[in-house]
Amino acid sequence: MNNKDISEKKAAWEENSVAKTLSKYKERKEEFLNGSDIPVNRLYTPMDADSNDYISKLGFPGEYPFTRGVQPTMYRGRFWTMRQYSGFATAKESNERYKFLLTQGQTGISIAFDLPTQIGYDSDDPIAEGEVGKVGVAIDSLHDMEILFNGLPLDKISTSMTINAPAAVLLAMYIAVAEKQGVSMDKLNGTIQNDILKEYAARGTYIFPPAHSMRLITDIFDFASKNMPNFNTISISGYHIREAGSTAAQEVAFTLANGIAYVDAAIKTGLDVDDFAGRLSFFFNSHNDLFEEAAKFRAARRLWAKIMKERFHAKNPRSMMLRFHTQTGGSTLTAQQPDNNIARVTIQTLAAVLGGTQSLHTNSKDEALALPTTESVQIALRTQQIVANESGVCDTIDPLAGSYYVESLTDKIEELAVDYINKIDELGGAVKAIEMGYVQKEIADSAYKYQKEIESGRRIVVGVNKFHVDEPPVEGLLTIDLETERQQIANLKEVMQRRDMAAVSNSLAAIKAAAESDENLMPALIEAVKNYATLGEICNVLRDVFGEYKSVEIL
Amino acid sequence: MGDKKIRVLIAKPGLDGHDRGAKIIARSLRDAGMEVIYTGLRRTPQQIVNAALQEDVDVVAISILSGAHNHLLPKIASLLKENGADNILVTAGGVIPEKDFAFLEENGIRGIFTPGTPTNQVVDFIRANVKQ
Repeated sequence: MNNKDISEKKAAWEENSVAKTLSKYKERKEEFLNGSDIPVNRLYTPMDADSNDYISKLGFPGEYPFTRGVQPTMYRGRFWTMRQYSGFATAKESNERYKFLLTQGQTGISIAFDLPTQIGYDSDDPIAEGEVGKVGVAIDSLHDMEILFNGLPLDKISTSMTINAPAAVLLAMYIAVAEKQGVSMDKLNGTIQNDILKEYAARGTYIFPPAHSMRLITDIFDFASKNMPNFNTISISGYHIREAGSTAAQEVAFTLANGIAYVDAAIKTGLDVDDFAGRLSFFFNSHNDLFEEAAKFRAARRLWAKIMKERFHAKNPRSMMLRFHTQTGGSTLTAQQPDNNIARVTIQTLAAVLGGTQSLHTNSKDEALALPTTESVQIALRTQQIVANESGVCDTIDPLAGSYYVESLTDKIEELAVDYINKIDELGGAVKAIEMGYVQKEIADSAYKYQKEIESGRRIVVGVNKFHVDEPPVEGLLTIDLETERQQIANLKEVMQRRDMAAVSNSLAAIKAAAESDENLMPALIEAVKNYATLGEICNVLRDVFGEYKSVEIL
Repeated sequence: MGDKKIRVLIAKPGLDGHDRGAKIIARSLRDAGMEVIYTGLRRTPQQIVNAALQEDVDVVAISILSGAHNHLLPKIASLLKENGADNILVTAGGVIPEKDFAFLEENGIRGIFTPGTPTNQVVDFIRANVKQ
C-alpha cells in the first residue's frame, strides 16, 4: 500500500468512523499538546514517518548517525551502569553509603558534593555556615578524598563527580588519591561534570567569569587527552536546564549548543577534534511523557552526530557518538503522597532505557522533602533492576524505532533544537547567549508557563492539583545536624596543622604563576593537592587571578 | 488596601542555585500587581537585610532549597528586627520539612510554602498579612 492509498483511507476514516464517534462523545481536550508544545495527533501513520530515509535517519546501532544507539549490541551485551548519585555529611559517612550501594548491585559511584565544595570554599569559610555536608559530602583537602575512597579500588570502579567550577581541583585530588592506592591515572575510569555553561544558565554553582572557566575546561581536555584515555572530561548537562523549567526540545537545544561552545573552545586552543571529542559525555533528564522523552534521546544522538561530522569535520566515529547519563526528573517528584513518586520514576526509567542511556540515576521517592533515606534509595535502585531484568525491554535494540509516532516526534524535536541552535549561532554562540541572559529567559518563560498550566488545571499532577488527600507529615526523613559541620571544621584544622607550610605556599605560588600564563594548570594543581593545600586556598588564588562572575538577573 | 503597591524582595540566601521557584514567585507576584525585586543567588543574611531596607520593601520572600533554612532564616528575621524593620513580613518557600515549621515560626518566619503550593496561595497570604 502506498502513501496515497493510506492518505485516502485515512481521510475516509476521519469522515466516517471518527466523525460518528465525535458526534456522540467529545475527546478529552480540544487540542492535545506535549510539553514541548508539539501538537499530538489522534493517529500516526506511515505518512508521518517516512521510511525511505531509513539508512540516513536511523541507520544501525553503533553506526552513524547513532539514532538507534551507540553500541552495536546495546543492552543485549550489558545493561546500563546503575549509578545512584549520593553523598552527604562527612567523607566517612559517604564512604559507607557507597560501600552499601556497591554491595546492593550498583555498578558505579556518583559523588554529590556539598555546596561550599562546589563553589570552592573550605568548610570553615563564614559563607559556608549552615551548608557543610548538607546536599553532599564536604571536601576540603586530599585528606577528605582519602577517607571518601577508602577501600574502594579506583582501578576497578568508575566514579562520576558532580563538580563544575572547581572540577580541575577535584580531578587533581582524584588523581592524587589513586596514586596513593598505586593506581596510575591512565587506569582511571569516570566522569567529571565540568560543565560551567549550564551553571551560568541554570544551576548556579559558578565561580569565575566565562573566559577563565573555559580555559580551565580546555586545560582539562588537553591534560586528559594525553594522560587519562579512559576518563570522561566533561558531562555536558541538559539535566539542570530541564530542572530549571525548560521543555524537552529546549533541553536538547541548549545542551548541544553548550557542547558546540566547548568543542569550539578546545579547537581554538589547538587541539584536534578527534583528540578529545570521544571523551565528551552528556547528561539528560527523564520526565513522565514516555514517548517524548524516548524521542528526545534519539533526536539528541542523531543531531550531535551530524554536528560533529558536518560542522566540526570529526573523522573518528567515536567523536560523533553522544554517550549519556540520565537522571530521572527531580522536579517531577511531589511532596504530596510521596509513594506515588515510585510510579513516576518507573516511567522515567523506561523512557531512559528505551532512549538508550549509558547510565542511570533513579531518584528516591522522598527527595521532594529531604535527602533520601537508605531504604528509599534501595527502592530507586530496585526500580532500575526490575526494568533491566523483568520488563523485557532490554532484549532488542531501540524497540520504539519504526513507531510512526516516535519517529515523528524524534524529527520534530530535532527540528526545534536546530532552530534554537541557529538562533544561538546568530547571537554569537552559547557563551554570548548566556551572558546576555537569552537562554535563562527562554527557560524561565517555559517554567512559568508550565506552572500556570498546572494552576489552571490544563496539566494534571496527581496528588497536587487532582486526587488530593489530607496527609500527616512524613516521618523518618534524613537530616544532617550541625555536628557534621563542627566535626568537618575540626578535621580541617587538624590537617592544616600537620602539613608542610612551605610546600603549601610554594605550590600555591606555582598555581598563581600558571594561572597568569598559558601553561596548563593541571600539573600545578596536582602538586598542590598532594601538599594538602585546601580547595578554598587554591580557589582563592584563582579568584585573585581570574576574578568572580557576576550574574545577570532576568525575571 | 491603599493605592500603594506592595513591594516584595525575593531573596535567595545560602549557596544553592535553584531559583526556578524564586523566579516563578517573582513573576506571579508581579502579575498580581506587586513590585518585585530579586536579589540573585548566594546572598548572606546581612546582604538581604540591607537590600530590604534600601528598597523599603513590605515583604521579604525567601527561597531556599539547600537545607540550611534553620540556620539562615532566623538570622534574617533577627537582623530585620535589630534594624527596627520587624514590620516587614518574612515568608519562606522551598524544600523545608514540616517538622521545622514551628521553629521557624517562633523565629519570625510567617507563611512557609513547600513544593506544589499554587502561586495564588502565596499572593493571597501576602495580601492578607502585609502591613503597609
